[in-house]
Amino acid sequence: MKIVVCIKRVPDTEARIRISGDGRSIDPAGVKFVISPYDEFALETALRMKEAAGSGEVIALTVGEANSAEQLRSALAMGADRAVLLKGEPTLDGLVTARALAAELKAYGADLILLGMKAVDFDQQQVAPMLAELLDLPCVTIAAQVEMEGGVAVCHRETEGDTEVVETALPAVISITKGAYEPRYPSLKGIMAAKKKPLEEKAAQLGESRIELRTMTAPPERPAGRIVGQGADAVPELIRALREEAKVL
Amino acid sequence: MANILAVVEQRDGALRRISGEVVTAAKQIADATGGEVHAVVVGAAGGASGADGLGRFGAARVVQVEGEGLDRYVAEAYAAAVADLAREGKYYAVLFGASAQGRDLAPRVAARLDVPLAGDATGLAVEAGELLVTRPVYAGRAFAQLTIKAEPRLVSVRPNTFRPREAAAAGTVETRQAAAGADAARTRVREVRAATGGRLDVGEAPIVVAGGRGMKGPENWQALEDLVDALGPTAALGASRAVVDAGWRPHGEQVGQTGKTVSPQLYFAVGISGAMQHLAGMRSAKTIVAINKDPDAPIFKVADYGVVGDAAEVLPRLAEEIRSIAR
Repeated sequence: MKIVVCIKRVPDTEARIRISGDGRSIDPAGVKFVISPYDEFALETALRMKEAAGSGEVIALTVGEANSAEQLRSALAMGADRAVLLKGEPTLDGLVTARALAAELKAYGADLILLGMKAVDFDQQQVAPMLAELLDLPCVTIAAQVEMEGGVAVCHRETEGDTEVVETALPAVISITKGAYEPRYPSLKGIMAAKKKPLEEKAAQLGESRIELRTMTAPPERPAGRIVGQGADAVPELIRALREEAKVL
Repeated sequence: MANILAVVEQRDGALRRISGEVVTAAKQIADATGGEVHAVVVGAAGGASGADGLGRFGAARVVQVEGEGLDRYVAEAYAAAVADLAREGKYYAVLFGASAQGRDLAPRVAARLDVPLAGDATGLAVEAGELLVTRPVYAGRAFAQLTIKAEPRLVSVRPNTFRPREAAAAGTVETRQAAAGADAARTRVREVRAATGGRLDVGEAPIVVAGGRGMKGPENWQALEDLVDALGPTAALGASRAVVDAGWRPHGEQVGQTGKTVSPQLYFAVGISGAMQHLAGMRSAKTIVAINKDPDAPIFKVADYGVVGDAAEVLPRLAEEIRSIAR
């Protein structure tokens, strides 16, 4: 079983985001960068599937600049067998990223390509279905759980209000959400082993982004609110405010 | 010709509420480009009830694409139908809802048309022929303003952001057959389990009641459910990351950076202290109410109205008073 997991380097979810002086990016100073959390779930899913199959290979793949090698090393420490860094700057144009991944993946003969359902930086949530279309593979998005059953992958997919149990033949592209499995912490042994695992770097085949970022701004400040009172006694005033001031009840 | 195609949604043969929002957003662009809004809905034979009412929000033309087994979303068949129509109409823009379906469908259509996609827009404007899209990035901790250098411009719009607005147009309904049916799909739905017991999903509900650690345990969720019930069918349950990680609630309810980012009209944060990643996911709500025992909880900094107190005391009274208004 050959499983490719596409990951992305992103700011930690608790990081304070400040806009850079250029007004078009964030200031990376003091920001911790991590593997996007959904990609960690995807990696954990892949490792479990390899373990369940008893053999196979898990390859971590990313499009990113040189510093994305840190996140690939983390993926290797978690248990990926090898890693590939397609060097280039990811943009808001997910189709460009999907094309670079597709060009690389064509020759892999992977059984499964897993991605986090979205990267928590641009939140576009689009690369997985685009990649599936470009590779002409079936695609299941937002799977909380994936298991092999008689040669097909059975996915528990979260949709609005429902869980769909969907099966797909392999090879397939599956995007993963938070679900059944907590991503493992790399063991000391895993971290040591990761240093010796292959990490290949090559130029990404990145086309030109056709999404032009004009500006990036901080979210509008919310005007200061007020405490309407203490305990259950505050409820009548709260109701009044919601009806008469906010007009939302 | 600078027409806009609005891709709307049905479920069980009835139009979903996001449909009016997508058509309204499309109409806003069409007014600036001088074009018409065309709406498309894919479904099973017999069409979607309510499709003939889309004229009310500004759709000049409504195309119902029908096919065997297409009552539920079938990715490949839906993508083919929408891409065909988009090619044929040479649209200025094609709009989707950033719903579960739209987030799956729009990227596929983008790949088929070889154009980029701007997802989850919260603002749209036309300036000198360019479509300016505003969308949250870093889960709402920043906003990006961007333009798309391709045609058609593919955009999905965030639920609850573009309130449906009346704008009478002809709304002529035509029906055509889908080129591909459900049998062409390479994935198969074995089973559908309703997770929210028929309630709205937190990502699309106009009213959200979210609980956190301050609820003290999963056994206390009944008080939140009672409030949701009192608020009626437009309300949904939400949860903080802490309670999802603790296994008290399913991830489908999680609000915040590794959950859903929501923009409801009214958001109740109950026993939620207000971690950065949670605030990012809900700060664009129109009105925020915080109920928390700790008067210094960061959630009070973003709340419009705060009640300092124990959820166990405040919630029953709140549900009671809301029920009495409803009566």
